[in-house]
Amino acid sequence: MADNNKFIVSHAPFWHDGSKISTRNYNMAFAAFPAILLGIIYYGMSAVGVISLAISSAIIWELAFCRIAKRPITIGDGNAAIIGLLFGMLLPATAPWWLVIIGTFVAIIIGKQIYGGIGGNAFNPVVVAMAILMISWKDIFDFNEALINYDFDFAMVYPLAALKHFGVSAVDSFSMGDLLMGKQSGGIGATFGIGLIVGGIYLIIRGIIRWEIAFSFLFGVFLTALIFNMTDSARYAGPVIHLFTGYTLIGAFFLATEDSSSPVNFIPMLIYGAGAGLMTVLIRNIGVYVDGVIFALLIMNLVNPLLDKIKPKAIGKVA
Amino acid sequence: MIKRSFIGLLKPRLEYGSIEDTPSLKQIPTPKEITILSNCPFDKKNLLLKKKATVKTGQKLLLYKESDEYVISSVTGQVSSISSYTGDFGRSYTAIAIEVADDEEIDDEFKATAGGSKDATIETVKNYLAFVPGNSPVKLFSDKSKPVNTIVVCCADSDLLITTNQYVVKSDIDAIKNGISVLKTITGVNDIIMVASQGQMHELSATGEKVKQVNDTYPSALPHLIMKDILGKEVPAGKNSEDIGVCFISAEAVASIGNAFNTGQIPVTKILTLVKKDGSKSLVSAKLGTPASEIFKAFNITLNENDRIIFGGPMTGSSVYSEDHPVQPDTDAIIVQDKEDIPVISDYPCTNCGDCIRVCPANIQINLLVRFLESGQYEEAADQYDLHSCIECGLCSYVCVSGMPIFQYIRSAKYELGMANTAEATNG
Repeated sequence: MADNNKFIVSHAPFWHDGSKISTRNYNMAFAAFPAILLGIIYYGMSAVGVISLAISSAIIWELAFCRIAKRPITIGDGNAAIIGLLFGMLLPATAPWWLVIIGTFVAIIIGKQIYGGIGGNAFNPVVVAMAILMISWKDIFDFNEALINYDFDFAMVYPLAALKHFGVSAVDSFSMGDLLMGKQSGGIGATFGIGLIVGGIYLIIRGIIRWEIAFSFLFGVFLTALIFNMTDSARYAGPVIHLFTGYTLIGAFFLATEDSSSPVNFIPMLIYGAGAGLMTVLIRNIGVYVDGVIFALLIMNLVNPLLDKIKPKAIGKVA
Repeated sequence: MIKRSFIGLLKPRLEYGSIEDTPSLKQIPTPKEITILSNCPFDKKNLLLKKKATVKTGQKLLLYKESDEYVISSVTGQVSSISSYTGDFGRSYTAIAIEVADDEEIDDEFKATAGGSKDATIETVKNYLAFVPGNSPVKLFSDKSKPVNTIVVCCADSDLLITTNQYVVKSDIDAIKNGISVLKTITGVNDIIMVASQGQMHELSATGEKVKQVNDTYPSALPHLIMKDILGKEVPAGKNSEDIGVCFISAEAVASIGNAFNTGQIPVTKILTLVKKDGSKSLVSAKLGTPASEIFKAFNITLNENDRIIFGGPMTGSSVYSEDHPVQPDTDAIIVQDKEDIPVISDYPCTNCGDCIRVCPANIQINLLVRFLESGQYEEAADQYDLHSCIECGLCSYVCVSGMPIFQYIRSAKYELGMANTAEATNG
């Protein structure tokens, strides 16, 4: 042998398509940007503050956990940043600093790391954090109360709360165009409908989120709201209000589609999405909570492992 | 390497390599020493072949007492060493090194026994043509427990980049025709199907045999998918196509059999596709047993530390640890990968993104399967998550966002289960 080069000896395949977890997460942040931008335009520096604190504290919690648990440092994959970002988008711009930090603690540590980190979580970490915070400090999530000091050229009302407390007539003034343009009260990054839809479609085209889940979720919300509306249009608002208010759009494109807590087979994805949509409207219309997206997703996360048992038949499988 | 497209919603489209016209073939001169690998595990005690024995080109070399395993010497010369070689999964091979003499002599045993194509018998083919270029599965023809009723001649190449079989079809169609008539005579099977890519259809339909077209994207030309899509027969999980009476043979092997009876000499020259670091392809003809380094020398390829040499295609081949690894009857390609181009395998867990599910041609629930495989629960993986349905295309690892070696997990699980079953069978 002329020289003794050492070669890499590994297993097939010797090609990879170059996809990476970090690319997915940074694309997700990119897709969320338009929605956040409008929040920042409306709420100014306090929105910047909440979002920045959410992202940075989420990263720090992840770093701290990895250090303490002596695991490899995983903050580079962008997953912690995305959890922080999405969490910040759901919060009102007036959320106090301690709430943000507790929220990201719950999301990163309780929502994700105790299950073994990325890919192991049974529930969407952001949704877990929101659920716990909404139950613990429900006044802060009363958007009308929280954002009372902001005065814009549109009715600064949280549509779902108005709907719940004052009935359908209270939300008559909201037109679909206004809702899509974010002319409503709500979470920093959850109100700008067009921004969320554009971001979501970008993620679908890039193959980062699964379109089946997003569309079936929206379809579930639409159909259930329509049925309610048709039975009694004086008590129940139409599907447009349900589709473009609260956390519906951010839920459809950014929360329901979280990888590890949602199914991957075609039929399960449809059931999962539609089920979450159905639960959302049920909670909004006959439940006690103003918005149902968070709890609906938690419940569907719970049935996800069962749903994923519905699988196509593998090649050559006998019986 | 084909990267993920911007529109990730679409499945990756991996097109098979194709050749236009007849590309030039570079002959590699016979090296000073060649090495022949036999599938037989090395067993010093029962060795028949002795060191210093002189061999002729095309001579059949029986290796062990009480075994009919043999290899065919591709050169004339003297056996310089017989040793053990360890391959993937710790498999043991017998490596026979032969020092090449100056003058070539052709062995005439085959000519004397075989006669012409008309007199071909299954015994002659089994006794002399199991080690021809193209890896002919001649043993299967005489296996009484699994009668063959259909023979599929693969004229398309099964892995990406490779154009070896396509070249043989272009350059030696007469030998293939002759080979097919020999196969018909010896097996009595009349149902012979040629599987070809779109570009080959015209040429092959002229042969008068039954020709079926295979899709031009990977993994359509893998045997299990040919069975399912072209023959309409699903191979039961964990079984091979031979188990249900279909035998696959490469066009090159058919051509080798045809040529053997035409010329009275056992073919010893392998055609292979060489893929250089920059991705350019060349067709090479080399004697069986030629070390890869001789081919690299002929093409001025320099290898550096941490590069990779792959025998076979980019999806299903295997990498070797020595530049001197010899060309074998099934070496359809040698790929050289620069260390910069080697994708990183990570120990990240599965994030459940579902890309593998979309791409899997066998409909396997890979996201769940891989969790069982990672924790070594092979039995559960086989019982509940269709481990044995895997057709080994490697696409799951190719698309894995986490960079997990899923394909390797599957192969080692199958291997471990196979070992456990064998142990159970022997221990009662």
